[in-house]
Amino acid sequence: MAKITYIEHTNKEHIVEVPNNITVMEGAVQNNIPGIDADCGGSMACATCHVYVDKKWFNKLEKKDEGEEDMLDMAYQPNKFSRLSCQLLVSNELDGLIVRMPSKQS
Amino acid sequence: MITTDVLVIGAGPTALFAVQQLGIIGLKAEVVDNLDKVGGQCRELYPDKPIYDIPAIPVCTGETLTKNLMKQIEPFNTNFHLSERVEQLVKEGTKWKITTNKKKIFVAPNIIIAGGVGSFEPRKFPLKEAEKFEKNSVFYSIRDKKYFDKKKICIFGGGDSALDWSIELSKNSKVVLVHRRPEFRGTPKNVEIVKKLEKDGKIEIETPYQINSIEGDNQIKVITIKDDNGKIKKIDTDYILGFFGLIMKLGPIAEWGLNLDKKHIPVNTENFQTNKEGIFAIGDICTYPGKLKLILSGFHEGALAARGCFKLARPNEKYRFEFTTTSKNIHERLGKKQT
Ligand SMILES: Cc1cc2nc3c(=O)[nH]c(=O)nc-3n(C[C@H](O)[C@H](O)[C@H](O)COP(=O)(O)OP(=O)(O)OC[C@H]3O[C@@H](n4cnc5c(N)ncnc54)[C@H](O)[C@@H]3O)c2cc1C
Ligand code: FES
Repeated sequence: MAKITYIEHTNKEHIVEVPNNITVMEGAVQNNIPGIDADCGGSMACATCHVYVDKKWFNKLEKKDEGEEDMLDMAYQPNKFSRLSCQLLVSNELDGLIVRMPSKQS
Repeated sequence: MITTDVLVIGAGPTALFAVQQLGIIGLKAEVVDNLDKVGGQCRELYPDKPIYDIPAIPVCTGETLTKNLMKQIEPFNTNFHLSERVEQLVKEGTKWKITTNKKKIFVAPNIIIAGGVGSFEPRKFPLKEAEKFEKNSVFYSIRDKKYFDKKKICIFGGGDSALDWSIELSKNSKVVLVHRRPEFRGTPKNVEIVKKLEKDGKIEIETPYQINSIEGDNQIKVITIKDDNGKIKKIDTDYILGFFGLIMKLGPIAEWGLNLDKKHIPVNTENFQTNKEGIFAIGDICTYPGKLKLILSGFHEGALAARGCFKLARPNEKYRFEFTTTSKNIHERLGKKQT
């Protein structure tokens, strides 16, 4: 279980408890948090689950594999803290994670 | 104007199998898809990846699945209207009148929406201003490359489309290739050619940069690009081209008065009809309790929707259930000799 803070581009915060072994994307979708579209349902084929990971957290996450970086090329306004939330698996270590959503996903 | 028993929106795997099911019960279908090819997500997003959960096919790629589905519907000589998007849908008497973006008109008692997560469209530049220049200086695909002769062009993207066009257009024009990171995801061969062209002074490469602003009156004059640390560069250019892949957009489907549940169309699982009579939804776009976004489920949904279409397409006949193995009618429709 991890407490995750999702911040919309308007700065509206959503703090939710997300169970282990689902993804940060699923955590948002299951809690009806707006700002993550996840059109491909987590198969890393759409880049509409793009989030900016908080600076303090970015290096603590498991590194992205090449496919994720390729997919981020297609995301809406990616930066160096960008990740695809469907590739971030929740575990106790992610307790306190903060992610921000872009102003739109496409 | 084209009249038919069923207009199928989308040419993904679900749509293709629905055409088969319509064909064997004797209904004629026309198929429209915004992509320039059939196969939907399987062909566009993962043509070479293996699929392991199609019944009785231990493994096949998205490409092979599509090819086999097409083979299975060959006997029905179905018309495919590709690179065309269904825009409008209105009721006329007992039928639906459907209009595409190319102003093609279909009239049919039934519509099967097999639109996936929406129609595949190019991803655009994230700047509002870009839209205003889409007529003459911002492009997401190239129809006639002569248009770009002897011009200054900025190409954005890191995949093969961006690289292919950088290589091609640099023959007659001044090309700047801009990408958000130093690595390109195109084929190693393309990357090698582009790097060589850069060394020979034929192409300029700007990484890691993304678009920041566009200026000009009717036509683009100058753009700026920005890196992650906020460093800004100015580039004089006549045209900008963006190759950021495709995205699925629900688009017009949302405006047809159908019930929607978060981009999905709720259906009745008896025949996959929506809240409107004669409009069915199958595959990834439909939703009902327990819905699984699997190709397998899409096939089942298509089989039932096809039977659902029968009533309105043949109001004076009664649908009779038959097996393909033993039905003479079906053998005739499939062009098979009786044995
Ligand atoms: C990477 C990846 C791996 C997958 N692996 C599997 C797997 O192993 N097994 C499995 O069962 N499923 C898998 N899937 C899911 C499967 O691909 C989908 O369930 C399936 O493609 C859905 O088919 P569909 O025909 O409903 O829609 P799609 O394949 O999405 O096709 C819909 C088509 O409709 C067109 N369209 C939409 N609106 C319009 C309009 N208004 N006008 C014209 N055309 C329109 C679109 O352009 C598109 O071509 C995977 C998906 C992805 C992304
Ligand atoms: S949900 Fe599509 S890439 Fe993450």
